[in-house]
Amino acid sequence: MDTLAGLDDARLRVDSVTGVPLELSVAGPGGRSFAFIIDFHIRVLAALTWYFGGMLLVPLVFDGSTYGPAIMLWALQVPAALIYLLYHPVLEIVMAGRTPGKRIAGVRIVTTDGSVPGAGSILLRNVFRYVDGLPALYVVGLVTSVVSARNQRIGDIAARTLLIYDEASKGDDVGDVSSAGAARGISTAQAELVQDLVDRWPTLDVDDRLDLARRLLARLDPDRGGAQGAMLNDDNALRALQGYLGGLR
Amino acid sequence: MSDTATDAGLRSWLGRRVDTWKSIEAQLEAFSRGRKQSVDDVNSLVDGYRTLARDLSIARRVLPGSRATRFLESCYRRAHGLIARPAYSLVADLLRLFVVDVPATTRQLAPYLAAVASLFVLSGAAGAWLVSTYPELVTLFASESMIATVESGKLWTDSLFNVVPSSIASGGIIANNISVTLFAYCVGVIFGLGTFYIVATNGLMIGGIFAFTHQHELSFRLFEFVVAHGPVELTTICFAGAAGMLLGESLIRPRGATRAESFSAAVSRTSRYIIFCAVLLLGAGIIEGFVSLDPSYPFASRAVIGGASLFIAVAAATGILYRSRAQAAGRQTRRRARIRS
Repeated sequence: MDTLAGLDDARLRVDSVTGVPLELSVAGPGGRSFAFIIDFHIRVLAALTWYFGGMLLVPLVFDGSTYGPAIMLWALQVPAALIYLLYHPVLEIVMAGRTPGKRIAGVRIVTTDGSVPGAGSILLRNVFRYVDGLPALYVVGLVTSVVSARNQRIGDIAARTLLIYDEASKGDDVGDVSSAGAARGISTAQAELVQDLVDRWPTLDVDDRLDLARRLLARLDPDRGGAQGAMLNDDNALRALQGYLGGLR
Repeated sequence: MSDTATDAGLRSWLGRRVDTWKSIEAQLEAFSRGRKQSVDDVNSLVDGYRTLARDLSIARRVLPGSRATRFLESCYRRAHGLIARPAYSLVADLLRLFVVDVPATTRQLAPYLAAVASLFVLSGAAGAWLVSTYPELVTLFASESMIATVESGKLWTDSLFNVVPSSIASGGIIANNISVTLFAYCVGVIFGLGTFYIVATNGLMIGGIFAFTHQHELSFRLFEFVVAHGPVELTTICFAGAAGMLLGESLIRPRGATRAESFSAAVSRTSRYIIFCAVLLLGAGIIEGFVSLDPSYPFASRAVIGGASLFIAVAAATGILYRSRAQAAGRQTRRRARIRS
């Protein structure tokens, strides 16, 4: 079965030298706006902190007779403006296509061939903020990202970059679910269901998680699904689920 | 999907691969931090990339949507990103930019440069004619305080030298000029119209203000002010305008499968040129801040500085400045081609 069949529009397949295509989930206007709003607040806050913090500190460092407009300009206004203007390009270069806002929103910039964008591409996509920002509030950029095929704004089209969902998952999450499941006579898919429920256990309502656990245990072991399952309490249900994972968690 | 014995065997095999994947993940972490890596480490990462590709192709088939597959997708994406990244050398890239790319782009932009320069001259003449014929129209091009200063027999630039230190004036001028140039280039995306309007507006404004100062017998003093930095500054605006026009042309008459592709190709041809423009404006800004604003420089010195800087700018844009180096590079390339053939 070709598991790559049925990719929706939001997923992009990129050929690679190994012959195994890369699958990228293209971020839509929602993810893009979410990241931008977070970044906007961070950079405004950082620039204002520098400016007003500096206004408090400059009189302490220089006495009134030695500091003038030049000190205020070079020590306060210029750095604050640079923080605001260079926030995106500098952080995107240093963080390989991410910014704090993008990290929180779970998105990242990549080139259209799936690689980490170079400094040139990042600078270019930021220069085109001039156009994307027109006439105000990034209207052009937002509209372009809605109507373009890969949800790219003009800067992305110019620099041949994409905003993708950075679906990073840790090796610890994989665990030995598949082998643990096989050892206890259940399929990998079932073992993963158990793992998901155990992981979400503390966040779920007590009645809901007990209900889910009883139904899942009944499917895993139909013999225990009847009267025995109904007698399980919260602690026993969790222990029974963990038993299927061989005490991995 | 039918749960065949082969698939079950493959799932079990994948389950035993988790430690291998985790070691590749650790390698990816180390590479992502940007530390210097040995050749052995790089080779090991390439091997890991191949391993991930093979395991992922199996996992996509036998464990679709599973944690293992998601983890492999994530690692594979990161490994691909690191390996597919092009080699980067700042010095070599800059050298190539100035010696090869800029002259080549200038040749490509020649018809657009001619069009933009003509537009600039014509709109300048139109601005001068408008203000000469209808003096009240100067309010379109100059602020009230500027008009009042000129009417009192002074230039608005006279007071700047004593008020603002040259370094600050220069910094502000450079930032403003680069900003205007980038904007003129970027708005080429509006089918070239944005660039057209900016170049035409600048021409109108300069022509109009020269005509206005001429009415008050200050035009020579204004010329004296601009002669040192103006030639490079205006030439650079024409360069950026031509690049912006090319962007517009790429959308009006796309050369790729789609307009977006045609636009991307045009940007990749012209974006490096804008870096060159920014360097020229850096020079023009320094001249304006330290020479043009300083009344101690006589007209002759200003004219020599303006002429020399224009010659350097044009020579750099056309490649004459690096001709011997470019010829040497060309000879080397031809020699390599001969050896290969």
